[in-house]
Parts: sequence; C-alpha cells; structure tokens
Amino acid sequence: MMALLEVQGLTKHFDLSGDILGRLLHGEKILKAVDHVSFAINEGETVGLVGESGCGKSTTARLITRLIAATAGQVYFQGREILSLPARNVREIRRHIQMVFQDPFASLNPRMKVLDIVGRPLTLYQGLKGVKKTDGVVELLELVGLGSDCLYRYPHEFSGGQRQRIGIARALAPRPKLLIADEPVSSLDVSVQAQVLNLFRELKQKLKLTMLFISHDLNVVEYLADTVVVMYAGQIMEVAPVEQIFKLPLHPYTQGLIASNPTPESFIEKPPPTLGGEVLLPLNPPPGCRLEPRCPLRVERCKTIEPLLEEKRPRHRAACHEV
Amino acid sequence: MAETTVTPFSGEPIAPRARPRTAIGIFREAMAVILRNRLAALGLVIVLWVSLTALLAPYLATHDPFQMNLANRLVGPSATHWLGTDSYGRDIFTRLVYGSRIAMRVALGAVFLAVVIGVPLGALSGYLGGWVDTLVMRCIDTFLAFPGRLLAITLVAALGPTFLTLYLAIGITSVPGYARVVRASVLSQKEKEYVEAARMTGEPELRILFFQILSNCIAPILVLVSLDFAHAILVESSLSFLGLGFPPPAPSWGLMLNEARGYMELAPHVAIIPGLVISLTILGFNLIGDGLRDIFDPRQYES
Repeated sequence: MMALLEVQGLTKHFDLSGDILGRLLHGEKILKAVDHVSFAINEGETVGLVGESGCGKSTTARLITRLIAATAGQVYFQGREILSLPARNVREIRRHIQMVFQDPFASLNPRMKVLDIVGRPLTLYQGLKGVKKTDGVVELLELVGLGSDCLYRYPHEFSGGQRQRIGIARALAPRPKLLIADEPVSSLDVSVQAQVLNLFRELKQKLKLTMLFISHDLNVVEYLADTVVVMYAGQIMEVAPVEQIFKLPLHPYTQGLIASNPTPESFIEKPPPTLGGEVLLPLNPPPGCRLEPRCPLRVERCKTIEPLLEEKRPRHRAACHEV
Repeated sequence: MAETTVTPFSGEPIAPRARPRTAIGIFREAMAVILRNRLAALGLVIVLWVSLTALLAPYLATHDPFQMNLANRLVGPSATHWLGTDSYGRDIFTRLVYGSRIAMRVALGAVFLAVVIGVPLGALSGYLGGWVDTLVMRCIDTFLAFPGRLLAITLVAALGPTFLTLYLAIGITSVPGYARVVRASVLSQKEKEYVEAARMTGEPELRILFFQILSNCIAPILVLVSLDFAHAILVESSLSFLGLGFPPPAPSWGLMLNEARGYMELAPHVAIIPGLVISLTILGFNLIGDGLRDIFDPRQYES
C-alpha cells in the first residue's frame, strides 16, 4: 500500500551567521533544525511525533505544509511531490493537509467572528457562501462539540479549550485527508487537555482521519498514536508501533524519555538509565550521533559516525550503534 | 439561555458575553475609557464642538463673513457683534465659525491623504520585508530629512493655495509617521499563528495583510490620526499666517491672526480670540490622542 504522506530526507537549515561581519567574527552558524528526516503516514493512521522542545517537531510540520521552505528533501502526498510545487499550486495541497496550531490564543484572529474563522476555508476551498456557509460552519462546530450560539462571537469570549475546538473545526472545514496537529493541547489546562484529546480520538474514529500528532508529552501520544516517531535535535531516533515503543524502547533517548515520564509504573519498575545534561540545539552539530554527549551507552564511534535509522526489529527502526 | 450555560461536550462554561471587538465595539470601549479619563472627555467635547460648528456654519453665523463695515472697525464684543469686529469691520464670530470649516476640511483632507498613502506603504513594507522594505523605509528616511513645515511651505508656494495643494502639502509630511507605525505593528502581528492559519485556509496573501493583519493594527493608527488632526490644523494656520494659505478675504484662522497683527495694541481681542480658538482646537485633538494612547496601551491589551 502506498503511504498517504511520505517524507524523505526532509531538511531545514537556518543560517544564523548574520551579516558578513558576524560570519567573520563568529564563523558560520548553521542550525540544523530538521536534518534528513524520513517517515511515512499511511491512510487512516495516526503518527505521533514526540521530542523535547526545540527538536524540530513544529518545523517539520511547517515544512510539510509549506509554511516555511525546506532546504532539501521531498514530501510525497498521494504519490505527488509537493515541496517542488510552484507557490500558486500550494493551495491545492493545503486543502488536503490541514493544521491545528499550538497556541489557541494566537492562532485565531481576535478581530474575526467564529463564523468567519471557520467559514473562510469553506468559502475559499468549496465556494460556499451565505446560508450554505453558515450551515457548514454549524455542522463543523457541532462536530467539535460547540453550538451554533458561538457563530457570532469573537475568540476572546472563549476559553482555551473552546478556542482549540474552533481551531480544529477550521482545520476540518476543507475535509482534509491529513490533519497535522502541532502540540494542540500543550498550552491547555490539564483538565481541558483530556477533553480535547478525547475529541481528537472521537474525530479520528468518526471521520477516519489520518493524523500527524505532534507532542512532547508521551502520555498524549500513547493515547492517540498508532505509530510513534521520536525526534531529537532535528533527527529521528526511533520509529515503532505505539505498543512496542512503550514496552520495548530500543533507543537510549527513547528509554530516557519514557523513564522521565511520570506514570504509575515508573514508580514500581526499576527505571532504565536516564539522560543527564540539557537538550542541545543542533547548531553546527559535530559529526556522529546527536545524542552522544548525553548518552549512557556511548562508545567511541558514536563521536564520529552518525548512526542510521535501521530496522532493528520488525517494523521497529532505531538510529543507534549500540542496540 | 442563561449567560453561564455549559456546552454539551466540553463541560467548560462559555464566558459571559463580553463586548465584541468590532469597530463599533472598539468605538464603544474607547468612548467608555475617554469618559473615564476627564481630560480626554474634555478633548472630545472641544472636538465635537468645533466639528458641529463647521457643519452648521451657515446656521450659526450671525453675519456675512465677507461683509465689511468700515464705520464699525475694531469694536469690542457687543450684542450685535458677539466677539467684536476686525480691521475691516467684519464680524469676528462669523469669521471664526466659517474658519472652522476651512481648518477642519484641510485637516480631514490632509489626514485622509496621509492615511491612504502611509498605511498601505507601511503595511506592504512590513509584510513583504526584503528589498521592498529597504526601498520604502529608505525613501521614508530621506523624506524625514526634510523639515515638514518647510516642505509644506515649498509645496504651497510652488503649487498655489487650493484645498488640494493644502491637503497634499500638509498630508505628505505625515506619511512617514503612518508608514513607520503601521510597519512596526505589522511586523509584530505577522509572526502570530493566525497568519499561518489564514494561509492554511487558502486566504490570498494580500487579503491576509489588508483584512486580517491590518484590522489588528487599528489602535496605533487611531492615536496617530487624532494627533495628526491637531498638527494639520496648526500647519494650516501657520501657512495662512505666513500668507501662504488661502488669500484674503478667506476666513482662515491663521489669516485672521495675521490681519490682526497690526492692531494688537488698539484692539487685542482681534488677535487673541482667533489665537485662543486655534489653541483650544489643537488642545482638544491632542487630549483625545493622549487618551486613546492610554486606552490602547499594550500593557493593557496584549493578547
């Protein structure tokens, strides 16, 4: 089966050297925010993308939706390469790949009514106007658990969770084939997080949604994802089905993440080796494994040879020399 | 339905209906704060007063503004001439009333022109960035190097005093202000996620800028508009005082001041009264501007 979305060698480098003077004084500074990232999403599947903040999760999402331009790599959507599409054709792709944003306070224009926020994509992609548009918006609002009494209200009248529901309704409006959710619950209160997560799960079943769900919270990903992609410092460390990654994590980084994740079990079982140190920004990264300075399993060759993402077990890939 | 109903799925109460942030909503909010701020309220009263006077000039005037009466020169305030007469025996009150028309019309035209040119320039400059930004901002900088009033004098002297040249001469000196203020707000707004979200909904780029981003930049523009009104009125008065504005016998405030210069010792009221009117009007607009600045203080408003 062909994957709905296939990402190959996706790379984004930010040049932070500044002007010529800065380049001379401090040398070249390249932030390899996303570095040769490859993964695939099958139809109907939910892929959870996890990693600490700054590891390139959100950048990956923005690269796929062409909100920022990639340095290198390809993204195939339904077999069609989309990174090389001319700018005027990007709309066709965005109709099918929609996004829910992280900050429900910044992602809704404070000067637009809910009717317009959710209705714009209906008008722009489906040409719906007037009553048809209103009907469409009401339908979408009901889908996300809001009523038609919200139509003529402004975003500031809603709580964070409700705003995020509006954001979800907007993303679902063009009936996308792929929904990218960029940390949609991380800025919400914990009690509200659960409600929004349940909504995602409900929508996933009801609409047979294919999702790329980005989060730094393992519990959230475990709850929603079918496949988990673990990123660190711009690279993929491990890819595996959700049951497997939580039961038998291979990569020391994943093990560290899971160990630091507060669950009831983590107090009973003996925790695996945790990671010391701080997250490193991939600024002028040295050759070798990105995790090397923090890794409990590091050996000499980790310093020089970059481990490739290899199949270590069936359907379970990891980028590590030592597993 | 009660104000604090619970939505079926989320279980979160919808906040009680707040005042919506529409143009009318903002206007009402602004009004509420202006009324709380006494000085701004005073400014509003003055401005409304002058505006109404300008609108209703023919009904308020007690005499013909051009009717000379040399037998009645420079008389003080009386029942027939409420504010006295000038050196040609014309009724000062009537001339002031008609003068408000000139002042307001010039200010309106100048501010309109400045907004119409400055706002899109600044918006495009901030949104597109790159060489467009560099080009526009360097032109603006060059423009700022000219002293504004001197530029206005040159323009009016070259093109002659008509309403259009006055709009142009006074308005053009305000363009850099709008361009810079709008550019700065657009720069801060365009990084917000709602812009990316709009892009995802297929909104064309120019619509994102002019409908979505710009509607969030109205506050600083409003402040600038009210301060600019004061500035325009002052410049118009200065120009006519220098003899560069409308030629006599036009009832322009600056011109009245100029004509009264020679009779300061004989009849000080002929100069003092138009001077006071100019000052008061400018004070009114400035008070509103300061009040609006308080309302739109980012510390109060960041969302």
